[in-house]
Amino acid sequence: MIEVIKDWCKGCDICVRRCPVHALETSDELNKRGVYPPKLKEENECNYCRLCELLCPDFAITVVAEERKEESKSGLIIGGVANEV
Amino acid sequence: MVEDMINANELREKYLRDGMLPTIFCNGCGHGNSLDYVFWAIEELGIDMDDVALASGIGCSSRIPGYVSADGLHTTHGRAIAFATGIKAANPDLHVIVFTGDGDATGIGGNHFIHAARRNIDMTVILLNNFIYGMTGGQLAPTAPKGSIATTAPYGNIEHAFNISELTQALGAAYVARWPVFYPYQPIKSIKDALSTPGFGLVELMSPCPTAYGRRNKLGKIDALWTWYEDNTMLMEDYDRIMDYGTEEEIAAAKNKIKIGVFQHQERSGFFGEYDKMTTRLMEQDDAKWGV
Repeated sequence: MIEVIKDWCKGCDICVRRCPVHALETSDELNKRGVYPPKLKEENECNYCRLCELLCPDFAITVVAEERKEESKSGLIIGGVANEV
Repeated sequence: MVEDMINANELREKYLRDGMLPTIFCNGCGHGNSLDYVFWAIEELGIDMDDVALASGIGCSSRIPGYVSADGLHTTHGRAIAFATGIKAANPDLHVIVFTGDGDATGIGGNHFIHAARRNIDMTVILLNNFIYGMTGGQLAPTAPKGSIATTAPYGNIEHAFNISELTQALGAAYVARWPVFYPYQPIKSIKDALSTPGFGLVELMSPCPTAYGRRNKLGKIDALWTWYEDNTMLMEDYDRIMDYGTEEEIAAAKNKIKIGVFQHQERSGFFGEYDKMTTRLMEQDDAKWGV
Protein backbone atom coordinates (compact mmCIF):
# COMPACT_ATOMS: atom_id res chain seq x y z
CA MET A 1 0.00 0.00 0.00
CA ILE A 2 1.10 3.60 -0.27
CA GLU A 3 0.94 6.33 2.33
CA VAL A 4 0.54 9.85 1.03
CA ILE A 5 1.23 12.99 3.01
CA LYS A 6 -1.70 14.74 1.41
CA ASP A 7 -0.79 18.34 2.15
CA TRP A 8 2.69 17.99 0.68
CA CYS A 9 1.32 16.86 -2.69
CA LYS A 10 1.29 19.54 -5.39
CA GLY A 11 -0.69 17.51 -7.87
CA CYS A 12 1.93 16.98 -10.58
CA ASP A 13 0.56 13.48 -11.28
CA ILE A 14 4.03 12.17 -12.08
CA CYS A 15 3.41 9.15 -9.87
CA VAL A 16 0.10 8.40 -11.57
CA ARG A 17 1.49 8.68 -15.09
CA ARG A 18 4.77 6.91 -14.51
CA CYS A 19 3.60 3.94 -12.46
CA PRO A 20 4.71 0.92 -14.51
CA VAL A 21 1.60 -1.09 -13.59
CA HIS A 22 -0.86 1.84 -13.55
CA ALA A 23 -1.77 1.14 -9.94
CA LEU A 24 -2.37 4.79 -8.94
CA GLU A 25 -5.13 7.27 -9.60
CA THR A 26 -6.00 10.73 -8.36
CA SER A 27 -8.32 10.74 -5.39
CA ASP A 28 -11.46 12.85 -5.33
CA GLU A 29 -10.56 14.57 -2.08
CA LEU A 30 -8.99 18.02 -2.28
CA ASN A 31 -6.02 18.78 -0.06
CA LYS A 32 -5.02 22.06 1.54
CA ARG A 33 -3.38 23.28 -1.68
CA GLY A 34 -6.47 22.56 -3.73
CA VAL A 35 -5.14 19.60 -5.67
CA TYR A 36 -6.07 15.95 -5.75
CA PRO A 37 -3.37 13.74 -4.21
CA PRO A 38 -2.86 10.24 -5.59
CA LYS A 39 -4.18 7.02 -4.11
CA LEU A 40 -3.98 3.34 -4.95
CA LYS A 41 -6.73 1.97 -7.14
CA GLU A 42 -9.12 -0.49 -5.52
CA GLU A 43 -7.93 -3.18 -7.93
CA ASN A 44 -4.23 -2.81 -8.44
CA GLU A 45 -1.15 -4.80 -9.30
CA CYS A 46 1.25 -2.82 -7.13
CA ASN A 47 4.43 -4.85 -6.77
CA TYR A 48 6.19 -2.43 -4.39
CA CYS A 49 8.76 -1.32 -6.95
CA ARG A 50 8.86 2.04 -5.11
CA LEU A 51 9.22 4.08 -8.28
CA CYS A 52 6.47 6.49 -7.21
CA GLU A 53 8.30 7.04 -3.94
CA LEU A 54 11.53 7.90 -5.76
CA LEU A 55 9.89 10.01 -8.44
CA CYS A 56 7.75 12.09 -6.11
CA PRO A 57 9.45 15.51 -6.07
CA ASP A 58 7.70 16.46 -2.85
CA PHE A 59 8.56 13.51 -0.57
CA ALA A 60 4.86 12.82 -0.22
CA ILE A 61 4.69 9.10 -1.00
CA THR A 62 5.84 6.14 1.05
CA VAL A 63 5.44 2.58 -0.18
CA VAL A 64 4.73 0.18 2.65
CA ALA A 65 5.01 -3.55 2.14
CA GLU A 66 1.81 -5.33 2.98
CA GLU A 67 1.32 -8.57 4.88
CA ARG A 68 2.88 -11.83 3.72
CA LYS A 69 -0.56 -13.07 2.68
CA GLU A 70 -0.77 -10.42 -0.03
CA GLU A 71 2.71 -11.20 -1.32
CA SER A 72 2.03 -14.90 -1.73
CA LYS A 73 -1.18 -14.01 -3.56
CA SER A 74 0.67 -11.89 -6.07
CA GLY A 75 3.27 -14.69 -6.37
CA LEU A 76 0.52 -17.07 -7.40
CA ILE A 77 -0.71 -14.66 -10.05
CA ILE A 78 2.79 -14.35 -11.49
CA GLY A 79 3.06 -18.15 -11.50
CA GLY A 80 -0.26 -18.42 -13.32
CA VAL A 81 0.87 -16.04 -16.02
CA ALA A 82 4.12 -17.92 -16.42
CA ASN A 83 2.20 -21.20 -16.88
CA GLU A 84 0.00 -19.70 -19.55
CA VAL A 85 3.00 -18.43 -21.47
CA MET B 1 13.63 -6.41 -0.72
CA VAL B 2 11.33 -3.75 0.60
CA GLU B 3 11.51 -4.96 4.20
CA ASP B 4 15.29 -4.72 4.38
CA MET B 5 15.48 -1.15 3.14
CA ILE B 6 14.74 1.97 5.08
CA ASN B 7 11.32 3.26 4.11
CA ALA B 8 10.73 6.71 2.74
CA ASN B 9 9.09 7.92 5.95
CA GLU B 10 12.16 6.99 7.97
CA LEU B 11 14.42 8.56 5.34
CA ARG B 12 12.44 11.79 5.57
CA GLU B 13 12.56 11.82 9.34
CA LYS B 14 16.28 11.19 9.31
CA TYR B 15 17.36 13.75 6.73
CA LEU B 16 14.72 16.44 6.28
CA ARG B 17 14.68 19.45 8.54
CA ASP B 18 11.49 19.57 10.59
CA GLY B 19 8.81 22.01 9.59
CA MET B 20 10.38 23.07 6.29
CA LEU B 21 8.27 20.96 3.97
CA PRO B 22 6.43 21.26 1.61
CA THR B 23 9.16 22.65 -0.60
CA ILE B 24 8.91 25.97 -2.38
CA PHE B 25 9.50 24.31 -5.75
CA CYS B 26 6.87 24.64 -8.44
CA ASN B 27 4.58 21.85 -9.39
CA GLY B 28 6.49 19.45 -11.66
CA CYS B 29 9.96 20.74 -10.80
CA GLY B 30 12.61 18.04 -10.52
CA HIS B 31 14.68 19.66 -7.78
CA GLY B 32 12.92 17.71 -5.04
CA ASN B 33 13.87 14.47 -6.76
CA SER B 34 17.52 15.42 -6.76
CA LEU B 35 17.41 16.00 -3.03
CA ASP B 36 15.75 12.63 -2.58
CA TYR B 37 18.51 10.96 -4.62
CA VAL B 38 21.19 12.62 -2.54
CA PHE B 39 19.50 11.30 0.62
CA TRP B 40 19.43 7.80 -0.80
CA ALA B 41 23.08 8.00 -1.81
CA ILE B 42 24.09 9.23 1.65
CA GLU B 43 21.96 6.54 3.26
CA GLU B 44 23.45 3.79 1.15
CA LEU B 45 26.99 4.96 1.81
CA GLY B 46 26.23 5.23 5.51
CA ILE B 47 27.64 8.74 5.86
CA ASP B 48 26.86 10.50 9.13
CA MET B 49 25.08 13.81 8.55
CA ASP B 50 27.38 15.44 11.11
CA ASP B 51 30.20 14.85 8.63
CA VAL B 52 28.36 16.57 5.81
CA ALA B 53 28.49 20.26 4.99
CA LEU B 54 26.34 21.75 2.28
CA ALA B 55 26.91 24.90 0.32
CA SER B 56 24.70 26.65 -2.16
CA GLY B 57 24.46 29.94 -4.00
CA ILE B 58 21.33 31.71 -5.11
CA GLY B 59 18.48 30.28 -7.10
CA CYS B 60 15.81 27.62 -6.87
CA SER B 61 18.32 24.80 -6.54
CA SER B 62 20.20 26.70 -3.87
CA ARG B 63 17.20 26.56 -1.55
CA ILE B 64 17.84 22.86 -1.13
CA PRO B 65 20.29 22.92 1.84
CA GLY B 66 17.53 24.61 3.83
CA TYR B 67 15.54 21.39 3.75
CA VAL B 68 18.38 19.19 4.94
CA SER B 69 19.08 18.46 8.54
CA ALA B 70 22.82 19.18 8.21
CA ASP B 71 25.10 22.17 8.36
CA GLY B 72 24.81 24.37 5.31
CA LEU B 73 25.85 27.67 3.84
CA HIS B 74 23.48 29.68 1.68
CA THR B 75 25.92 32.04 0.06
CA THR B 76 26.16 34.74 -2.58
CA HIS B 77 25.21 34.18 -6.18
CA GLY B 78 27.67 31.91 -7.98
CA ARG B 79 30.10 31.68 -5.09
CA ALA B 80 28.93 28.42 -3.57
CA ILE B 81 31.97 26.56 -4.85
CA ALA B 82 34.35 29.19 -3.50
CA PHE B 83 32.75 28.83 -0.06
CA ALA B 84 32.85 25.05 -0.36
CA THR B 85 36.57 25.22 -1.10
CA GLY B 86 36.94 27.18 2.12
CA ILE B 87 35.01 24.58 4.09
CA LYS B 88 37.18 21.82 2.69
CA ALA B 89 40.35 23.75 3.44
CA ALA B 90 39.26 24.34 7.04
CA ASN B 91 38.10 20.81 7.71
CA PRO B 92 39.23 18.20 5.17
CA ASP B 93 37.28 15.45 6.95
CA LEU B 94 33.93 16.84 5.88
CA HIS B 95 32.00 15.63 2.89
CA VAL B 96 31.26 18.87 1.11
CA ILE B 97 28.22 18.83 -1.14
CA VAL B 98 27.39 21.85 -3.27
CA PHE B 99 23.90 22.33 -4.60
CA THR B 100 23.95 24.74 -7.44
CA GLY B 101 21.99 25.64 -10.51
CA ASP B 102 23.14 26.02 -14.09
CA GLY B 103 23.02 29.80 -14.00
CA ASP B 104 24.62 29.90 -10.57
CA ALA B 105 27.52 27.60 -11.41
CA THR B 106 28.26 28.35 -15.04
CA GLY B 107 26.78 31.79 -15.60
CA ILE B 108 27.52 33.89 -12.55
CA GLY B 109 30.12 31.67 -10.94
CA GLY B 110 31.72 30.19 -14.04
CA ASN B 111 35.28 30.87 -13.02
CA HIS B 112 34.89 29.47 -9.52
CA PHE B 113 33.43 26.36 -11.05
CA ILE B 114 36.07 25.74 -13.69
CA HIS B 115 38.97 26.42 -11.36
CA ALA B 116 37.61 24.16 -8.64
CA ALA B 117 37.29 21.43 -11.25
CA ARG B 118 40.77 22.13 -12.61
CA ARG B 119 42.34 22.02 -9.14
CA ASN B 120 40.34 18.85 -8.47
CA ILE B 121 39.21 20.02 -5.06
CA ASP B 122 37.52 17.26 -3.11
CA MET B 123 33.83 18.12 -3.21
CA THR B 124 30.65 16.86 -4.81
CA VAL B 125 28.74 19.31 -6.94
CA ILE B 126 25.11 18.50 -7.64
CA LEU B 127 24.38 20.81 -10.54
CA LEU B 128 20.68 21.09 -11.29
CA ASN B 129 20.43 22.10 -14.90
CA ASN B 130 17.04 23.43 -15.87
CA PHE B 131 18.21 25.62 -18.80
CA ILE B 132 16.97 28.85 -17.21
CA TYR B 133 17.31 31.29 -14.32
CA GLY B 134 14.06 30.10 -12.80
CA MET B 135 13.82 32.00 -9.53
CA THR B 136 14.50 35.46 -10.94
CA GLY B 137 11.88 35.19 -13.65
CA GLY B 138 13.20 33.13 -16.54
CA GLN B 139 16.24 34.96 -17.87
CA LEU B 140 18.37 33.16 -20.42
CA ALA B 141 20.95 30.84 -18.87
CA PRO B 142 24.17 29.88 -20.66
CA THR B 143 22.99 26.29 -20.78
CA ALA B 144 19.76 27.01 -22.67
CA PRO B 145 19.65 25.14 -25.98
CA LYS B 146 19.90 27.26 -29.13
CA GLY B 147 16.53 28.64 -30.11
CA SER B 148 15.02 28.63 -26.59
CA ILE B 149 12.68 31.43 -25.63
CA ALA B 150 13.39 33.28 -22.38
CA THR B 151 12.37 36.66 -20.97
CA THR B 152 15.72 38.08 -22.11
CA ALA B 153 15.60 36.19 -25.41
CA PRO B 154 12.03 36.73 -26.65
CA TYR B 155 12.96 35.97 -30.27
CA GLY B 156 14.89 32.83 -29.46
CA ASN B 157 18.35 32.18 -28.14
CA ILE B 158 21.08 32.75 -30.73
CA GLU B 159 23.93 31.54 -28.54
CA HIS B 160 25.35 28.06 -28.38
CA ALA B 161 24.67 26.20 -25.16
CA PHE B 162 27.24 25.46 -22.51
CA ASN B 163 27.99 21.75 -22.25
CA ILE B 164 28.86 21.60 -18.58
CA SER B 165 29.68 17.92 -18.28
CA GLU B 166 32.03 17.90 -21.25
CA LEU B 167 33.72 21.05 -20.00
CA THR B 168 34.30 19.49 -16.60
CA GLN B 169 35.52 16.31 -18.22
CA ALA B 170 38.07 18.32 -20.18
CA LEU B 171 39.18 20.02 -16.97
CA GLY B 172 40.11 16.64 -15.58
CA ALA B 173 37.62 16.31 -12.75
CA ALA B 174 37.60 13.00 -10.92
CA TYR B 175 33.96 12.18 -11.56
CA VAL B 176 31.53 13.58 -14.11
CA ALA B 177 28.06 12.29 -14.88
CA ARG B 178 24.88 13.69 -16.34
CA TRP B 179 21.41 12.25 -15.82
CA PRO B 180 17.86 13.48 -16.16
CA VAL B 181 16.00 13.35 -12.85
CA PHE B 182 13.36 10.92 -13.99
CA TYR B 183 15.73 7.95 -13.93
CA PRO B 184 16.07 7.37 -10.18
CA TYR B 185 18.70 4.65 -9.92
CA GLN B 186 21.42 6.00 -12.18
CA PRO B 187 21.69 9.38 -10.41
CA ILE B 188 21.76 7.66 -7.01
CA LYS B 189 24.62 5.45 -8.17
CA SER B 190 26.41 8.45 -9.67
CA ILE B 191 26.03 10.55 -6.51
CA LYS B 192 27.38 7.61 -4.50
CA ASP B 193 30.36 7.32 -6.82
CA ALA B 194 30.96 11.07 -6.79
CA LEU B 195 30.85 11.13 -2.98
CA SER B 196 33.21 8.20 -2.60
CA THR B 197 35.68 9.27 -5.31
CA PRO B 198 38.32 11.64 -3.95
CA GLY B 199 38.46 14.82 -5.98
CA PHE B 200 35.97 16.99 -7.79
CA GLY B 201 32.74 15.16 -8.52
CA LEU B 202 30.11 16.69 -10.74
CA VAL B 203 26.67 15.17 -11.10
CA GLU B 204 24.67 17.24 -13.53
CA LEU B 205 21.01 16.48 -13.06
CA MET B 206 18.68 17.71 -15.76
CA SER B 207 15.70 18.96 -13.89
CA PRO B 208 12.59 20.10 -15.78
CA CYS B 209 11.36 23.64 -15.13
CA PRO B 210 7.71 23.75 -16.19
CA THR B 211 7.14 27.31 -15.00
CA ALA B 212 9.96 29.33 -16.51
CA TYR B 213 11.29 27.12 -19.29
CA GLY B 214 8.63 24.63 -20.34
CA ARG B 215 5.76 27.09 -20.46
CA ARG B 216 7.60 29.72 -22.54
CA ASN B 217 9.01 27.17 -24.93
CA LYS B 218 5.63 25.51 -25.41
CA LEU B 219 6.92 22.15 -24.28
CA GLY B 220 3.58 21.34 -22.74
CA LYS B 221 2.41 20.48 -19.28
CA ILE B 222 4.39 18.58 -16.68
CA ASP B 223 4.03 15.16 -18.21
CA ALA B 224 4.82 16.38 -21.73
CA LEU B 225 7.88 18.23 -20.44
CA TRP B 226 9.18 15.17 -18.64
CA THR B 227 8.64 13.17 -21.84
CA TRP B 228 10.49 15.86 -23.81
CA TYR B 229 13.54 15.18 -21.69
CA GLU B 230 13.14 11.49 -22.36
CA ASP B 231 12.93 12.05 -26.13
CA ASN B 232 15.83 14.48 -26.31
CA THR B 233 18.43 12.62 -24.31
CA MET B 234 20.45 9.60 -25.32
CA LEU B 235 22.73 7.31 -23.41
CA MET B 236 26.34 8.12 -24.20
CA GLU B 237 27.20 4.58 -25.30
CA ASP B 238 24.27 4.56 -27.74
CA TYR B 239 25.23 7.98 -29.04
CA ASP B 240 28.82 6.97 -29.70
CA ARG B 241 27.75 3.74 -31.36
CA ILE B 242 25.35 5.56 -33.66
CA MET B 243 28.00 8.13 -34.52
CA ASP B 244 30.41 5.34 -35.44
CA TYR B 245 28.22 2.79 -37.13
CA GLY B 246 24.75 4.34 -37.61
CA THR B 247 23.02 5.12 -40.88
CA GLU B 248 22.75 8.73 -42.03
CA GLU B 249 19.19 9.06 -40.74
CA GLU B 250 20.17 7.69 -37.35
CA ILE B 251 23.09 10.10 -37.16
CA ALA B 252 20.88 13.03 -38.14
CA ALA B 253 18.34 12.04 -35.48
CA ALA B 254 20.95 11.57 -32.77
CA LYS B 255 22.92 14.71 -33.52
CA ASN B 256 20.72 17.09 -31.58
CA LYS B 257 20.24 14.85 -28.57
CA ILE B 258 21.81 15.48 -25.23
CA LYS B 259 24.27 12.83 -24.13
CA ILE B 260 23.66 11.30 -20.73
CA GLY B 261 25.77 8.90 -18.75
CA VAL B 262 29.04 8.79 -16.85
CA PHE B 263 31.55 10.98 -18.65
CA GLN B 264 34.57 10.43 -16.49
CA HIS B 265 35.59 8.40 -13.45
CA GLN B 266 39.27 8.55 -12.63
CA GLU B 267 41.82 8.82 -9.89
CA ARG B 268 43.67 12.11 -9.96
CA SER B 269 45.60 13.98 -7.30
CA GLY B 270 43.73 16.91 -5.83
CA PHE B 271 44.74 20.37 -4.64
CA PHE B 272 44.77 19.68 -0.90
CA GLY B 273 46.65 16.39 -1.29
CA GLU B 274 49.37 18.13 -3.30
CA TYR B 275 49.42 21.01 -0.81
CA ASP B 276 50.01 18.61 2.07
CA LYS B 277 52.80 16.94 0.13
CA MET B 278 54.41 20.30 -0.59
CA THR B 279 54.29 21.47 3.03
CA THR B 280 55.75 18.17 4.23
CA ARG B 281 58.55 18.40 1.65
CA LEU B 282 59.40 21.97 2.60
CA MET B 283 59.36 21.18 6.33
CA GLU B 284 61.72 18.28 5.76
CA GLN B 285 64.03 20.52 3.73
CA ASP B 286 63.91 23.11 6.46
CA ASP B 287 64.63 20.56 9.15
CA ALA B 288 67.59 19.23 7.18
CA LYS B 289 68.97 22.71 6.72
CA TRP B 290 68.48 24.19 10.17
CA GLY B 291 68.11 21.13 12.33
CA VAL B 292 64.98 20.18 14.25
